[in-house]
Amino acid sequence: MMVCVKYAINVDELKVDRESGRVITTGASRKTSDFDRNAVEEAVKLKEQGWEAVAVTVGDEQSKMALREALAMGVDSAYLLTDERFKELDTLGTSYLLAKAAEKLKPDLILCGEASIDSFSGQVGPRLAEWLGIPHIAYARSLRVDGDSVVVERGLEDRVEVVRARMPVLVSVTREINQPRTPSLMAIMKASRKEIAVWGVEELGVEVGELERLRGVEVVGVQAPRVERKAITIEGETAREIAEQLVKALLKEGVLG
Amino acid sequence: MTGVWVYSEREELALELLGKASELAGKLGVEVAAVALGSGVEAVAQGLSKAADRVYVVDAPQLGWFEAGVYAHVLSQLARRYEPDIILIGSTKRGKEVAARLATRLRVGCIPDCLRVDVDGEGRLVADRLVYGGRAVSTQVCRSKPAVATIPPRTFERAEETRAGEIVKVDVEVGEPAVSLVETRMKEAPEVNIEEADVVVCGGRGIEKKEDLRMLEELAEALGGVVGVTRPLAEDRGWFTEWVGLSGRKVKPTLYIGVGVSGAIQHVAGIRDSKVIVAVNKDPEAPIFQVADYIVVGDLYEIIPALIEAVKKGGG
Repeated sequence: MMVCVKYAINVDELKVDRESGRVITTGASRKTSDFDRNAVEEAVKLKEQGWEAVAVTVGDEQSKMALREALAMGVDSAYLLTDERFKELDTLGTSYLLAKAAEKLKPDLILCGEASIDSFSGQVGPRLAEWLGIPHIAYARSLRVDGDSVVVERGLEDRVEVVRARMPVLVSVTREINQPRTPSLMAIMKASRKEIAVWGVEELGVEVGELERLRGVEVVGVQAPRVERKAITIEGETAREIAEQLVKALLKEGVLG
Repeated sequence: MTGVWVYSEREELALELLGKASELAGKLGVEVAAVALGSGVEAVAQGLSKAADRVYVVDAPQLGWFEAGVYAHVLSQLARRYEPDIILIGSTKRGKEVAARLATRLRVGCIPDCLRVDVDGEGRLVADRLVYGGRAVSTQVCRSKPAVATIPPRTFERAEETRAGEIVKVDVEVGEPAVSLVETRMKEAPEVNIEEADVVVCGGRGIEKKEDLRMLEELAEALGGVVGVTRPLAEDRGWFTEWVGLSGRKVKPTLYIGVGVSGAIQHVAGIRDSKVIVAVNKDPEAPIFQVADYIVVGDLYEIIPALIEAVKKGGG
């Protein structure tokens, strides 16, 4: 079993330069993407049924923190896919690297979070499945292994579907699927001493020219969104007065009735 | 042949995308086309043909249930055969999945959840999307062709139905789904419509008890709208199965009323396209006030009943 994690930018602590509207990502605090912790939890739960779990991430040296957390939560081993030439990849390139790792690790089941908290594209899971030519089940809110298949309950906008697929399969999980455990101090200590394997271009057998061709999207700017709101405070002596003022304002806006 | 293509499993959303697609196609000097996939989609194809130069149709029983792998397989064959410049896909949960798989098959980039799309001087797709939990807008360019992008509901105006496009039935290999459907349970009706609702009354952590949501329902009813909740009410308290926000439903009503909503960044990102935002909160420092048009500092348990009465009397 392989679980993919991302050491993402902690968006709750992200700062914006008020003057330029620029978002300060350099040195921003980071953490394991929330949904990925659900994926790790699900993997660790399956370990109790005799599975072996491997955590994999694409990132920089710091991304080892996400792997350490996964190890502390209970996965057996961890791999960091890192190389100078892996920088600034989009979801196409990132999923390609994860696919290369999966070809070596040969998992029966791959678990991903639904999306990362920072870029929130939700693309890596389905893309990885496509590279590997395996089925993908997205938006999983429960997962059960049944013989050589998985049975998954997944939430769509208007319905819940229970689906089944034969392994190997990739499942992207939502936050509803479980409550990720908080590892004990002891587990964290033990995890910090564990070896993390580091795979680069050579170890993964990546062809650099191919990787360059997989740069499909280029980010040309990141700006804080402009908020243009009226910010009118409705005042009044009583709740009734306030309510009447508000209704009057909304009628003027033409948004009532 | 080249063109700007549109695909969504929701006809209404496909028509919205066609509005934008026809503008982009005009700039590129190419045709605008829609793709209709499914089992028995003749009527859908007819509907789309009123806003497209061409509608490619693949009608097969295996497409009766939406399995992203099969749909991506079909779309990729169409794209290889007809070589569109741009493919816009409706950003539903299914649409996003199919877009990712399609883009991987074609070895191209994909920009998900675009708020704005355009073409630059070189004819490349340029798009804005929210990143960092809604704290930033990222402008991105698709370097590969075809460019794939997904667009959420109600981002663009529905296309005018001024065309009479040709309907082209295409023969492709459909394949069998690798995932099989065991069971479907429809969710309760009210939550289905929140993305399309004109008025959304949203309850946040300031709501003390589940029963108190009835008050919001009464207000929503008076305004002809629906009730939604923030993530804590759905996830932590389990009152709803879905929430309003970037990770839940993004809403774009003409009127949004946040009741006891503090305004977490994820939530704000999901409501920012509302026309008018009203916020009621007893905390004058609540972050939601920074994105509100009308600010009411006060106890929601006093304000909301008064508001219901005022709406029934004066507005609605």
